[in-house]
Amino acid sequence: MSVALRIVSVMQQIAKDQQITLPPLNDDVRLHETGFDSLAFAILVARLEDDLGIDPFTISEDAEFPLTVGDFIKAYENVFA
Amino acid sequence: MSSREIFALRDYLGPELKGRTISDARQVWSLTNILEQTCLAGRLGALSGRSVLLAAADQLISAIAMTEIDGVARCMLLCPPDLNADHVNDLIEDAEIDAVVTDQPARWADAGVDLVVADRTPARSAAKSTTEHATDWLMLTSGTSGVPKIVRHTLEGLTGAIAADGPARGAAPVWATFYDIRRYGGLQIFLRAVIGGGSMVLTEPGEPIADHVARLKAREVTHISGTPSHWRKLLMSGSASDFSPRYVRLSGEIADQAVLDGLSRAFPAASIGHAYASTEAGVGFAVNDGLEGFPATMVGVNRDGVEMKVEDGSLRIRSTRTAHAYVGRNATALTDGDGFVDTGDMIELRGDRYYFVGRRGGVINIGGLKVHPEEIETVINRHAEVRMSRARSRRSPITGSIVVADVILADGCDVSRSDDVRNKILADCRASLASHKVPAMIKFVSSLDITAAGKLARHDA
Repeated sequence: MSVALRIVSVMQQIAKDQQITLPPLNDDVRLHETGFDSLAFAILVARLEDDLGIDPFTISEDAEFPLTVGDFIKAYENVFA
Repeated sequence: MSSREIFALRDYLGPELKGRTISDARQVWSLTNILEQTCLAGRLGALSGRSVLLAAADQLISAIAMTEIDGVARCMLLCPPDLNADHVNDLIEDAEIDAVVTDQPARWADAGVDLVVADRTPARSAAKSTTEHATDWLMLTSGTSGVPKIVRHTLEGLTGAIAADGPARGAAPVWATFYDIRRYGGLQIFLRAVIGGGSMVLTEPGEPIADHVARLKAREVTHISGTPSHWRKLLMSGSASDFSPRYVRLSGEIADQAVLDGLSRAFPAASIGHAYASTEAGVGFAVNDGLEGFPATMVGVNRDGVEMKVEDGSLRIRSTRTAHAYVGRNATALTDGDGFVDTGDMIELRGDRYYFVGRRGGVINIGGLKVHPEEIETVINRHAEVRMSRARSRRSPITGSIVVADVILADGCDVSRSDDVRNKILADCRASLASHKVPAMIKFVSSLDITAAGKLARHDA
């Protein structure tokens, strides 16, 4: 499974657990439009760290927090690139 | 026992009670004729009136030495085996130690105090030792960071709960504990064995649990105590079958309903009790009705000389069994102005019982909200598929922290069911806990660390 697919699948799982209704996801969807609150993002980052072994937001001090789903996925893909 | 006011352990070790022993995995000493023997190579007299650090690696030697030194030295500081060497000099100064009893003389050669070398080989004592002083018993608190605090007890205070309980019914008990006897919980059991006319089986460092249980069975242990973490470990090991003690005791951590029920299934013939005690507050009480928590009627009254109250959410205890003081250069007051010890254990009244919710100092901070990890563990542990769990905080770059739970599945719970179990636990947590306490992640693990004091290791507290 690609990193992008993996991220989307974990997001769907968390949305189910947290009873969040996700809009159809594509790269242009802004993160605040996903319905994820800060707790849901914290869970997402923690789960992805366990799955993928990385947390791109702590690796780099000056990492900017992404604004869109595409930016978020790119933050992970850049680490693997 | 004679009628003089000062009493010491030797007064309970007369030759009239036959067949009493104390043993570890390597050796059995007779307690019946122990007064004629010594492990101190005839040097007990050199400890008269001194402040003694009992620092033997070996638990059996420590036990024998305690029976010899009590009533002879001015005070005796019990040194648990895992004492951090960096703290030794502070402790020697704080307790004004001027003699060390040890089985590792090389380690203490530079300590600048008199050494008495103790040995596992019993030697015949030249003279019958007599009780000269009421020796102060100094113990170390089991805090996880910094130099441990020294607390001062007397034998009378240490044995207050044993006297109140009276002698065990039936045949003389054979006691065992998973604790080291240099810690409060373990020392209580050693004293119960000595004072109650029984025998004692000690732990052996590094011994596999199956071998330990085989030894408990071979020595016909009837009474045994440990922390809930010790007991969960035993239940998990699968070694408990055909071990049938008469009395099973839990202390040192919160005994939740799951561990109490697990023990009553494993030991259907045993009476199972959980006791509240701490190094500072002494033995508070024992609960023998098989339920977690304790009846609210126990608070506010004087039962067997123990009074309890609740202030700012924590349990406070005043009794003759509490330690007398902290000892040392920076010693603070042990009690409040009315003589109550603040245990730091937070309790909550629900219906007609109080329940322990966690340690005041053990809260984890989740997005600015304080959470007791024990409260979450209690909900997780009540699932039959779970043997043991630990809730902890995990720092997150975004929210600060989230709650994560590490869970050990019970025997016979297939790993393939872990998704179902996770969902079941999470559904229960959502129904029973405030939303910020619901674990954001549940990880299944094969083991959890236990500290030397027998408690679940918490790194983030």
